[in-house]
Amino acid sequence: MSSRERILRRVREALGEERGTSVDVPRRYRRRLTAAEAATRADVIALFTERVADHRATVRHTGADDLATSIAAALWAREARRVVAPADLPFGWLAELDGVQAVADTGLTDLDTLAAVDGVVTGCAVAIARTGTIVLDGGRAQGRRLLSLVPDYHLCVVHADQIVGTVPEAVARLRPDRPLTWISGPCAAGGPEARRVEGGQGPRALEVLVVED
Amino acid sequence: MRVALFVACFNDALFPGTGRAVTALLERLGHEVVFPPDQTCCGQMHWTTGYRREAADLARRFARVFRDYDAVVTPAASCAATVRASYARIARADGDDDLARAAEGLAVHELSEFLVDVLGVTDVGAYFPHRVAYHPTCHSLRTLELGDRPLRLLRAVKGLELVDMPAAEECCGFGGTFAMKNADVSVAMVADKVRHVRSTGADVLCAADNACLAHIGGALSRLRGGVRVMHLAEILAATGSPAAAVRA
Amino acid sequence: MSGDSSVGGRASSSGAAPAPMPKFAVAARGALADTALRRDLRAVTGELRRRREAAVGELGDWEELREAGRAIRDETLLNLDAHLERLEKSVTEAGGTVHWAADAAEAARLVTGLVTATGHGEAVTAAVPAAREIGLYEALAEAGVTAHPTDLAELVARLDGGPAPADPAPPAFHRDRARLRELFVRALPDAPPDLPDDPAALAAAARAHLRRRLLSARVAVCGADFMVADTGTLVLLESEGNGRAAVTLPGTLICVAGIDAVVPTWDDLEVLLQLLPRSATGDRMSPCVSTWTGVTPGDGPSELHLVLLDNGRSAALADEAGRAALRCVRCSACAHVCPVYERTGGEPYGPRGGGPIGAVLTPLVEGVEDAARASLPYASTLCGACADVCPVKIDIPDLLVRLRGRVVESRRRRPVPTPELLMMRSAAWTMADRGRYEAALRSGARWARLLSRGGRIRRLPGLLGKWTDARDLPAPPVHSFRAWWRARPRHGGDR
Repeated sequence: MSSRERILRRVREALGEERGTSVDVPRRYRRRLTAAEAATRADVIALFTERVADHRATVRHTGADDLATSIAAALWAREARRVVAPADLPFGWLAELDGVQAVADTGLTDLDTLAAVDGVVTGCAVAIARTGTIVLDGGRAQGRRLLSLVPDYHLCVVHADQIVGTVPEAVARLRPDRPLTWISGPCAAGGPEARRVEGGQGPRALEVLVVED
Repeated sequence: MRVALFVACFNDALFPGTGRAVTALLERLGHEVVFPPDQTCCGQMHWTTGYRREAADLARRFARVFRDYDAVVTPAASCAATVRASYARIARADGDDDLARAAEGLAVHELSEFLVDVLGVTDVGAYFPHRVAYHPTCHSLRTLELGDRPLRLLRAVKGLELVDMPAAEECCGFGGTFAMKNADVSVAMVADKVRHVRSTGADVLCAADNACLAHIGGALSRLRGGVRVMHLAEILAATGSPAAAVRA
Repeated sequence: MSGDSSVGGRASSSGAAPAPMPKFAVAARGALADTALRRDLRAVTGELRRRREAAVGELGDWEELREAGRAIRDETLLNLDAHLERLEKSVTEAGGTVHWAADAAEAARLVTGLVTATGHGEAVTAAVPAAREIGLYEALAEAGVTAHPTDLAELVARLDGGPAPADPAPPAFHRDRARLRELFVRALPDAPPDLPDDPAALAAAARAHLRRRLLSARVAVCGADFMVADTGTLVLLESEGNGRAAVTLPGTLICVAGIDAVVPTWDDLEVLLQLLPRSATGDRMSPCVSTWTGVTPGDGPSELHLVLLDNGRSAALADEAGRAALRCVRCSACAHVCPVYERTGGEPYGPRGGGPIGAVLTPLVEGVEDAARASLPYASTLCGACADVCPVKIDIPDLLVRLRGRVVESRRRRPVPTPELLMMRSAAWTMADRGRYEAALRSGARWARLLSRGGRIRRLPGLLGKWTDARDLPAPPVHSFRAWWRARPRHGGDR
C-alpha cells in the first residue's frame, strides 16, 4: 500500500463515524470597515496611510498628473542612479526621470545585476487600509516576484481605487492562481517590535505613493 | 433566605475563620445559614490531577448532599468553578448522565456572586481600615468570571483603601498539585507575585480563594513579608468591634 | 509562522519508542537557574502579550473571527481525507507534485531524495517548523547535501554548533550582542573581523550572509502555514523575508507541511490571515505573506514539490481531544501568555515545541507511557490564560486535564500502584464518608500542631516537603470549622 493510501485510510479510520460531518462556518465577522474606522473614501485612504507609516514605510500622496514627477522626486531623494521596472510599467510613470537610468525587465536573468540596482518601481494589485498592506500579484506594472524582492529599495505606486478596507475585501479581489506577495512594511529581522531590527531579506526601504484623482 | 454553606474541605481544616466570616456576614444581612454536615470535598484535586473515578464519586456525593438547597454559597472560588464548569465534564468522562443532570440542578454561588447578583448588595456594612490589594484568582477571573464584583464589595467597605496591583491577573503559581509536582516553577511564579504584592504597599492581600492565598501567604510568611493575607469574606465580615472579630 | 508549537509525531516509523527526554520539572531547572534567559523570556513574552492585546483589541469582531476560525478548522479536520485529496488534485493541476510521508523517516527520505535528484549538493531552508520533527538536517547531511538554514534563529544555532532551537524566536540582537559578535566573527563566512557589536551592524552582517546564500540557491526547502484545498495555494507568513526569497529565487522548491495545515477554501484565508498574525506577533499583518499555486511560468520556481506529513497526526484525530488540539494554527499565543512558559522557555517541553499546546500535542501524539511525556500535561497551573487567547478556541486546560486522566488510567494498569495513586485513593476514601473525614480532620490537626512553630509550619515530611521548601503553611487551628459550628449555641447539633 502506498503512503498516500495509508495516510488516507488512517485518517478515515480515526475519524470513524464523525467523518464527513460538515461544519457551518459562522461568518458574522465584519467584511468592511466600520464607520468609526472610516466613514468616507478619504478616511479609507487616510487609514491606509496611517497604517503603512506604522510599518516604518514612507507614504506620499500625489495626483495622477504629478505621478511622474513624484516618482522622479522620490528616486532623486534616494540618490538612485539605476532602477529596474517591470516591462509593462506604464511608460508615463518614468517620463520625468532625469539622471536616473530605468532598466525594463525584459528577460533580465542575472541576479547580480538585479542585486546591484538602486531600486525597483512597481504598481500593485490591491492595498489594504486596515493592515497597511500592499499586495502584488505579478499583474500589470508589477513584474516577476524577484524584481520587487532583490533590490534594496521598493517604490510602490498605489492608486486610490486599489485600496480596500479589510482583509476579506482583499481576499475577494485577489486571484489565488497568481503568485501573491503581501507586503506590510519592510521585512525585518527578529520577532516583535523591540527585538525587530532592520535587515530582513527583501527591500530594506519601502516607499508607497498613493495616487489620488 | 435560607442559605446552605459549602465551606470546602481545606477551609474546614485550615481556615475555619473564613467559614465563620461567611456565617457572620450572611446572618448580619438577615439570612439563615445552614451547614449540611455530610459535606466533604468537591473532588477538584482528584479531577484536575487526572483521577476521574475518584472525582466522579466525590461529585456524586456533593450533588447528593446539596441537591435540596435553593442556594448554596461557598467562599472557595475554585470549588464553585469545579461544580459549575467541571461537573458536566466529570459526568461525561464517567458516563454518568444522572450526575450531569444533578450538576445542572445545583445552585452553587461563590460568595461575591451571591452577594452582588442574588442578594443585590454591595455595601455589606463592613469597616476595615486597611490598605488592601486584591488578587483575582484564576478561577475567579476566568472560570467564574467574577469581574469587578469583589472590587465593588471592597470599595464599599468603610475605611478600606483599595490599591492596584501590577500583573494582578497573572497566576500565583499554586495550581493544586502543580505546587508540588513543579515546585521550582511554582516558587518562581509566587516570587514574582510576592514582589508585586509588596510593591503596592498594602498591609493586606485579599482574594476569593484560600488555596491561592495559602500559597502566596506561605511565600510572604517565609520572606517575613509583613503583608497579611485575608479571604474576602473576612474583610466583609469585619465591623471594627472586637466582639465581631472573626479571625481566630 | 514562526510558531514553536509544531505538531509532532513519533521520531521514527512503526511505533518505535520516542526519544528519551527528562521530566518537565527536571528539564525546567536549567532555564529557571539562568537569570539572563528568564529576564529575556519575560521581556519577550511580555512584549508579545502587549502587542497581541493591542492588535486584537482594535478589532471589534475578534470573537466572531475566532468562532469562524474554530469552525473552519473543525470542518478541515472532520473532512480531512476529502480536503487532502482535493488539495492533491489542485496542486497537481497547477503544476506541482504531491508526495505523502506516513512518518518522519519517510518525509526526511523524500525531501533528501528530491534535493539530490536536482543534482545540486546544497539547499537553503526557510521557515520549516517540521525540520526538527523529521530530522531534516541529519538526513540531508547523511546524503551529502549541505543545508543552509536562513531563519535567523536557526542560523545562530547552527553557527553555535547546536541543534535547531526549540524556540525559533529570533536572537535578541540588542541584548545578546557581545556573544553574537564573537560568534559572527568566528563562524559567519565573510564577517569582517572589526564587526561592531551594535544590533544594526550584527543584523546587517547576518542579512548580507543570508542574502548571498539565497541569491545563489538552486533548491529551497520551506514550510507552509496553510494549504488551500480548493485552489492548491500554499501560504507562508513570516517576518524575516527569507521565506519570501526562498519561495521565489531557487528553481526547485520543496514544501513540507503537516496534513493538518490544510484549509478548505480560499475564502477561509479572510479569517485566518486576520487571526494568525495578530495572535502570533501582534502584527496587523505579518511583514511578508507569500501565497503560490503550483508553478507560474516565468515567475519563481519551475519545480514545486509538496510533501504532506502525517507522522502521528492522523491517529490523533481519533478522539475529540485530538481533534480539538489539531485545530492549532501554530501561532504560539498560548505560550506567550503562559506563566509557566514565561519562566521555562520552550526547551523543557521537548523537541516538538513548547508552551501549553506543546504540552498537549506531545503526549497526545507520542503517548503517555514514559515519565517525561506523562509529565507534560502537569506542566500547567490550569490558569486558563491560554484558552482566552487561542484564535481557534482550543480549550487547552480541558485538554490538559483529559490527558492527565489518560496518564492516571495508564498508571492504574500497572501492577504496582504509584504512591500518588495510593494517596489519591486514600484521600477519596476518606472524603467519601463523614465519619472518616471528621476523624482525619482531628488527626491532621494533631499532627500539624506537632510540626508547627510559632503558628507556622516551616517543614513538612515527604512529598509535601516540596511545598515547605519555599513556603510556610499556617498551622491548622485547634478546631475545624465544623467543630466550631457544632459548638455554636444557636445552631447546636447538625443544623
